[in-house]
Parts: sequence; structure tokens; C-alpha cells
Amino acid sequence: MISANLAAIFYLVSGILFILALRGLSSPDTSRQGNYFGIAGMIIAIVVTFLSIGNFSSSLVYVILFLVIGGAIGAFIAFKIPMTAMPELVAGFHSLVGLAAVFVAIAAFLNPAAFNLGNVGNIKLASLIEMSIGAAVGAITFSGSIIAFLKLRGIMSGAPITFSGQHVLNLILGIGIFVLIFYLCKTQSTNIFWTVIIISFLVGVLLIIPIGGADMPVVISMLNSYSGWAAAGIGFTLENTALIITGALVGSSGAILSYIMCKAMNRSFVSVILGGFGAENSTDDKKEKKDQKPVKSGNAEDAAFLMKNASSVIIVPGYGMAVAQAQHALREMVDKLKKNDIKVTYAIHPVAGRMPGHMNVLLAEANVPYDEVFELEDINNDFANSDVAFVIGANDVTNPVAKTDPKSPIFGMPVLDVEKCKSVLFVKRSLSPGYAGIDNELFYKDNTLMLFADAKKMTEDIVKNLD
Amino acid sequence: MEIDPFIFRLSIFILSIFIGYYVVWSVTPSLHTPLMSVTNAISSVIIVGAIIAALAGTSESIFNTSSIFGFIAIILAAINIFGGFLVTQRMLQMYKKKKDKKK
Repeated sequence: MISANLAAIFYLVSGILFILALRGLSSPDTSRQGNYFGIAGMIIAIVVTFLSIGNFSSSLVYVILFLVIGGAIGAFIAFKIPMTAMPELVAGFHSLVGLAAVFVAIAAFLNPAAFNLGNVGNIKLASLIEMSIGAAVGAITFSGSIIAFLKLRGIMSGAPITFSGQHVLNLILGIGIFVLIFYLCKTQSTNIFWTVIIISFLVGVLLIIPIGGADMPVVISMLNSYSGWAAAGIGFTLENTALIITGALVGSSGAILSYIMCKAMNRSFVSVILGGFGAENSTDDKKEKKDQKPVKSGNAEDAAFLMKNASSVIIVPGYGMAVAQAQHALREMVDKLKKNDIKVTYAIHPVAGRMPGHMNVLLAEANVPYDEVFELEDINNDFANSDVAFVIGANDVTNPVAKTDPKSPIFGMPVLDVEKCKSVLFVKRSLSPGYAGIDNELFYKDNTLMLFADAKKMTEDIVKNLD
Repeated sequence: MEIDPFIFRLSIFILSIFIGYYVVWSVTPSLHTPLMSVTNAISSVIIVGAIIAALAGTSESIFNTSSIFGFIAIILAAINIFGGFLVTQRMLQMYKKKKDKKK
């Protein structure tokens, strides 16, 4: 058994180790070391908790048992999950953090004495506020992440679900939660506490269903942030420094990622939350237009010929590459090109994929060295000096309309200047518009060659033709 | 008059938000996915609360309503801790420089 002061020092140490874990991610070289710092911080926090309780009764056996069960499930998932499924995995993990926060809050509410928070029916006011906020945010994180998970997994349609009065309802429920917490503080009623949690679950669902598939990177980042604030709320309740520090770190991390994602789409955070973007409307007149404009389409042989005669190629991957699992075939293609002394680089738009950095992970998985992969602002000027742009699975992020047509819904969104390349190869299954629901002008440019096929199959065919 | 300990915790919280702000901005965009998975793992330090709740049961009743919630929370948080750190590790192992490769 160690004193509360000593325990607090150790919690501080583990908080600092968590800061170092995030600091390590500033470069891939230091990132692995950073992860070890994080693991060390976690071990310290858990061991200190055991030591500070010191009550090694028979409960301990069960605690260890459950820890091992959870750990085994977690390890199993971590090793089995394909890299393309990372967005769903992260959403699923967020939901667990949220639910854990709810359960810890419930446990603290039912047995406040164990946490030195007073007694049942007479919990310290500050603690009561903190635990109910922690529980509410945790519940929103949980149900919101479940919806995000279902949408990403494709179990639920990615199309936004909207109904009239939706935002008013959300607002009323949100205010309702605060009013109930107020009454909870006055009455200490168990029923009100449960009601707060149930309404929060409902709010989480209502908050995420109107948000369309294209906005998923923002949603995941936002839920990341919420899970942090929930942890911080519980940290205040438990008076635990490690939890408060971590909650603040995770909360601000998620908030920054949301901001970066919103900026990359030129959308305000509010409009993402209000949702409805990417709903299929007025597609009819677009179809008409599409039929009128001529499109040049080619096959793998044409594509291979063009690339073989190029001196520099820029690859623009998008979510379609992930869906088709084309990253390994792509890597093979690039290897062949490099053998012919063709310079190949990758251009990644911040919102390519379904979560921040999704494409980078997939390319890393396919053994693409990270120093060949560039972010939008670092590579955008290179398109004008390159021979071929190979767009695979990306769409809206290459649409020149964002720069030219103020009426377009994506106007002002930073896009990759793909059209400046001498020629553009665009791998796509059909001419259908992307998530923004608008036509891509790039399809009809003179220097664009459309390759209508599945991304993986087309890439494999090109590889064959490169020999 | 003494300062309420809550104010100290609030100070830690606010300062940590600032630390988080600057540290996260310096994270390279290509590592944003590992950033999310590692923040996931570390936010599961909430397990300390779950352990306290689970161990609060008396020897006569190891499983009372409160401790059962604690036990379930332990499983949830443990999935996250192991899953989060391991999947982050798996991803980070894949990030390689050009020089590391043999021609």
C-alpha cells in the first residue's frame, strides 16, 4: 500500500509519458519509441492503482481475470484487423472508451464511498456534476461511435438520415440533459441519473445519423475528441491526474484533427454537424449533362504505354483504392516504373480515405517508403512539371470545379492540381459522381484518359502490360 | 483562505489542453491514423477507475451492482489498451524509409 501523495506523483509520471507518446509521433523515426512510452505510462498507472488500494482480497483474482480476457480480445483484434478496416476499428474502440466511461461513472454513483466521494444519496456536489458530465459525454461517444462504426462497416447506409425538426430535437435533448443534471444535484435521485444516460445515448445516435459518408473523417476525429473529454470528466471525479492529463490530450488531439479535416474540405464544423451533405439530390440533370459530354476512355495497354514513356508519375490514391484493396498491386506497378528510371511520387489529400492519414497507412502497409509520400501542399506545384497523374480511387479531391465554379458545393476546397499534368489517368468504375454528389470536370478534359475498371484489376492489368 | 484542490486539477487540465494543442500540431499528417489509435489506447487509462470500482466489493459480495459495472468496464478498457497499443505498434512498424530497403 502506498500513500495517496506518492500515487499522485506516479499518476503524474504516467501522464507525462503519455505526452511523450504523442510527441514521438512527430516523425516516423521516433514514433515507435513514443508508443513504448505510452505503454510504460499505462503499466505505471495500472500498477499504482493496485498498490494504492492495497486491498488484495479475492476480488483481485477476478480483476486480473477480466483484464486478461479484455487484453486477449484486444490483442486478437489488433493482429487480425486488415489495415483497410482501420476507420471502423478506431470508431469501435472509441465506443468502448465511451462505454467504459459511462460504467465507471455508474459504479461511482452507486458506490461513492469507494472513491471517497461521499455516500449514496449524499455525493459531493462537484463530484456529482463531474460524473454526470463524464457519463453523458461517454454515452454520446458510445452511441455515436456505434453509428459511425455501422456506417463505415457498410452495415448501415452511409447516406445521411435527416428528418424535419431534427436539430430542434437535438437542441431540446441537449438542454434537457443540463436541466436534468441540475435536478440531479438537488435531489441525488438515481432515476434522474439513469435518465441522463439514456437521453445521452439517444443524442449520440441522433448526432451522427445525419452525417454522410464523405464527412466520416470529421466524425471519427470528433468522436476521438469526445472520448477524451469523457475521460477527463471521469478524471475529475476520481481526482486522478493521469486521467485528467490524458483526457485533455485526447480531447484536444481530436479537436485539432476535426479542424484539419474540416479545413481540407472547406466546410465549417457546424455544417458538418448539421449534416445532410452528400445526399443524393438533383442527380437527374447531372446525368443528362454527362451523356452529352465526350469522354476519352482507354485500357490497361494505353495506360502502360503512357506511363512507360513518362519521366515522372504522380499517384493520387483515394478511398476507392482502399475498397478495392489495390495498394499492393499499385506498389508492384510503381516498382516496375522505377526500374525504368521513372520518378514516382504519391500525392495525398488530407481527406482521402475515411479517416485522417488512412492512405498513408495503406501505402505503408504495401511497403511504400514514407519519404515518397507527400501531402497536398508539398506536392501540388509538382503536377505542372509531371508527365502522368495516376488517379486511383480518388474523385472529389481532384475536381477542378472547386477552384473555378463558385456555385459548386465544394468551391474553395483545396484540391490536387491533377489537371495540370501532361496527361491524367483516371481509374474509376463508372462516371458516377463522388460523395459530394457533383460531376468531376476532370473526366472531360482533353488530357484525361478514363480507365473504367475495378482499381485492383486495372492496376494488375497495367502491371502485366508494363513488361 | 485555502485554494480548493479542484482548482489545482482544473489548472492541470487547462495546461494539458495547451500541451496537447502544441504536441498534436507537430504530429506529421502521415501519422494521423496511428495518432488516433494511440490516443484511443491512452484514454483507456480510465481503467484505473474501473479497477477501483471492481475492488470495492467486500469479500462476502465480490459482485455487487457497483463492482459489476467496474468489472465490465475493465474488460472494455483492457480491449482498448491492448488493441490500441498493439495496432499502433503494428502500423508504426510498417513506416519505412527508402534507405531501409535492399535494392
